[in-house]
Amino acid sequence: MASGIKNKVVIAGMGCSKFGERWSCGPDDLMVEAFDEAIGDAGIERDRIEAAWLGVFFDEQSTGKSSLPLSMALRLPNVPTTRVENLCATGTEALRGAVYAVAAGACDIALAMGVEKLKDTGFGGLPERTKGTFEDLYLPSSTAPGAFAQLASAYADRHGYSMAELKRAMAHISCKSHENATRNPKAHLRNRITPQQVLDAPAVSYPLGVLDCCGVSDGAACAIVTTPAVARSLGKRDVVAVQALQLAPSNGVEMGHQSWDGTHTLTTPLAAQRAYAEAGIGNPREQIDLIEVHDCFSITELVLMEDLGFSDIGRAPHDVLDGRYDRDGAIPCQIDGGLKCFGHPIGATGLRMAYEIYLQLLGRAGDRQLRSGAGRGPAIGLTHNLGGIPNRNIASVSILGLLSA
Amino acid sequence: MTAQGAILRYGVHVPKLRLPRAAIDAAMAWANPPARKVSPGARAICNWDEDALTMAVEAARSCVAAPARGAAREAAALPHSIFFCSTSAPFADRDEAILLTSALDLPESIETLNLGGSLRAGTSALISALRHAHTAPSLVVASDARLTRVGSPQELTYGDAAAAMMLGPSGPAALATILATRTVGSDFVDHYRMNGADFDYALEERWVRDESLLQIVPKTVAELLSAAGCSGADIRHFAVPAGAAAAQRIARACGVEAAQRDERVLTECGDAGAALPLLMLSGALEAAAPGELILAVGIGQGIDALLLRAEAGVREGPRALSEALARRREESSYVRYLSHRGLLNVDFGMRAERDQRTAHTVAFRKRGALNGFQGGRCTRCGTVQFPPSRVCVNPACRATDTQAPYRLADSAGRVKSFTEDWQAYAARPPYLYGNVEFAEGGNLLMEITDTESGEIKINDAVRFVFRIKDDDRARGFRRYFWKATKA
Repeated sequence: MASGIKNKVVIAGMGCSKFGERWSCGPDDLMVEAFDEAIGDAGIERDRIEAAWLGVFFDEQSTGKSSLPLSMALRLPNVPTTRVENLCATGTEALRGAVYAVAAGACDIALAMGVEKLKDTGFGGLPERTKGTFEDLYLPSSTAPGAFAQLASAYADRHGYSMAELKRAMAHISCKSHENATRNPKAHLRNRITPQQVLDAPAVSYPLGVLDCCGVSDGAACAIVTTPAVARSLGKRDVVAVQALQLAPSNGVEMGHQSWDGTHTLTTPLAAQRAYAEAGIGNPREQIDLIEVHDCFSITELVLMEDLGFSDIGRAPHDVLDGRYDRDGAIPCQIDGGLKCFGHPIGATGLRMAYEIYLQLLGRAGDRQLRSGAGRGPAIGLTHNLGGIPNRNIASVSILGLLSA
Repeated sequence: MTAQGAILRYGVHVPKLRLPRAAIDAAMAWANPPARKVSPGARAICNWDEDALTMAVEAARSCVAAPARGAAREAAALPHSIFFCSTSAPFADRDEAILLTSALDLPESIETLNLGGSLRAGTSALISALRHAHTAPSLVVASDARLTRVGSPQELTYGDAAAAMMLGPSGPAALATILATRTVGSDFVDHYRMNGADFDYALEERWVRDESLLQIVPKTVAELLSAAGCSGADIRHFAVPAGAAAAQRIARACGVEAAQRDERVLTECGDAGAALPLLMLSGALEAAAPGELILAVGIGQGIDALLLRAEAGVREGPRALSEALARRREESSYVRYLSHRGLLNVDFGMRAERDQRTAHTVAFRKRGALNGFQGGRCTRCGTVQFPPSRVCVNPACRATDTQAPYRLADSAGRVKSFTEDWQAYAARPPYLYGNVEFAEGGNLLMEITDTESGEIKINDAVRFVFRIKDDDRARGFRRYFWKATKA
């Protein structure tokens, strides 16, 4: 039995660009912005980086292929760089590459960069892309909202909610994230909205309206990871350690087998159980202080509360409306605004989530810093990505914890 | 000519969408006011994803009903040849009859013939197929979806539809025996369309009636009846591809004015070109009692005339035309119809610019799945899946190379989840799709067609139809695949 990576790798520094419609910036500008913050935070020289991972999804719309855009934008010292892509879990994949390299002892300091420049397409929403030479011949030319919206139609039917009831809980999710983002200067969308505005918003894909959908944003996020020993040598006392990094991709069951009911993601519970085991978490509802999940759409966040084990099956709408995942709830979710409002530059998103957990655990989250009743800050946070669509996807679950010297 | 064969089965497809002629009047009467009055009825129009080929598939399906699951198809029931007859076939050079064969999941060894160039294509194919009918069945499918110029008389009179007939040896189950046929050609250019042209150019109807219809039809019919040893008074049903007024005069000239004529096709569907004579004949087969004589003609640079006798099979025969005509949805928008037919260049936004280049290598090696909707059934665990794959999708099985072809086109489906997508490009927004579960098991994310916003619910029953998937406008290629539609 492998020992896992718990506490073998820590974060030396992180950075995150402002997310949003960054009309004046290209992917190189965004990477430099995130990197400058991270390298300053780590307190190391650039040439100490021994290996780097670049996560970018729509390379054809922005950077082009390979890891060269990272190596060249940062003028890295010709160290090994790797480009990874795993749909919307891409950012977490970059982090996984860097963390595994350090955990393996292949290097002491590694860089993970995620970037996406989406707003060079000329139209709203995500760019169009091929699904594959065979898939294009039989799959519908679906959109992301259309693929996720189906969770809502199936969920409402399966669990006996009227669409109006379900949409009320979905609206609460969007309003909560907008409220949280008002405290986040780097967030893309920082306006407050009301449930009625969500319900009245123009239709995108039944039953999703435009305010059920996350922002389509430009941005980059970056992590520099190292060993606990190197971190100590850099003078760091409290550090954030990686406790688990787990991934569960679909194997085609949701696409082709009747056993999947279409109401949730089949992969997330698998990734979560592995991550809880790796981190040694027996009771996630009690032990995890805050979560950042893949709220590409309001309905996604709702079903994920069940897939991650925080709500009982069929009960998420009640827990959401009860405020369980609000800023002052039992398990604050999307304290930085989430994909919904911080924004969703795809390659950067997983690292952006880690960035927020990192800041919160170190007590550096500014206006949005969470405090527990006793004044103690949060100690364990979870991030979750879902790359793809409910029919076929890659779920990633990461757990970060405070490691005190 | 002596009796050689019989119509064993037939099928009809009329697109669900009907554009009321009054809607055309309302939009276009300004352009030619003195000639226009309020026109009755409606014309059947293809949905954006239908064309002559997809209609042909739908019409032919009931003629080649699949054998029971597990049972081998009886070789005798297989057509020896398939005729695809159309003057509006989507491809000028591609064997569409082979695509039709493939969509019907029939063997590739069947002979195929593609006929066009005349509105008689369908009746000429019937006569040609008769030559083999005593030894092997032949399937004749006639289908037309002709473009009509905006504001033209044809815009009011034409309609889109298809009909299919399986010919074979006469027997107790036959619907009608073909007793005699007669063909006379004549280079009478009442209308024409050059290759590559979009629209017909039609000459004066009175000239066509007086100099062609009222001359060649009565003469040929008289010869046919005389050779068969019967008279006009013996004819109970007259299937003639002409409007009510002209048909009346032709019937009188032929001495068959007492025969019943089905006027529904032209009123409720419109002139479906090469398919029209077969649609008219379908109406006669519905109405005929065993033993009654049917006279059917096809007209286009000459005439094909067929004399048929209804057999006992018509008692239990299908009511395919009535059912097809009853399955209708009124198209509320003349402008949307123009857009569907490519007669109006609507701005659908940048998402419509997507490159639809086809990897033809893939399309060829996956043709069973794409054309014939063949999934795979695992011979070890029984799981049905689409597309077929090397390794079984059942998580409890995952056996390699165990799947046998399993056609899903005729399966029953159930909507497991769905959405109405207003963001995706759709020729008829919203773009409707969802996860569909097959009755045998297996799941597929599919487009749902012929269905409007608000009509689909979870657990709705669906069936499957062969439709246009998309058009590659940059390279002029059309792709087809199967879609779900409300059962």
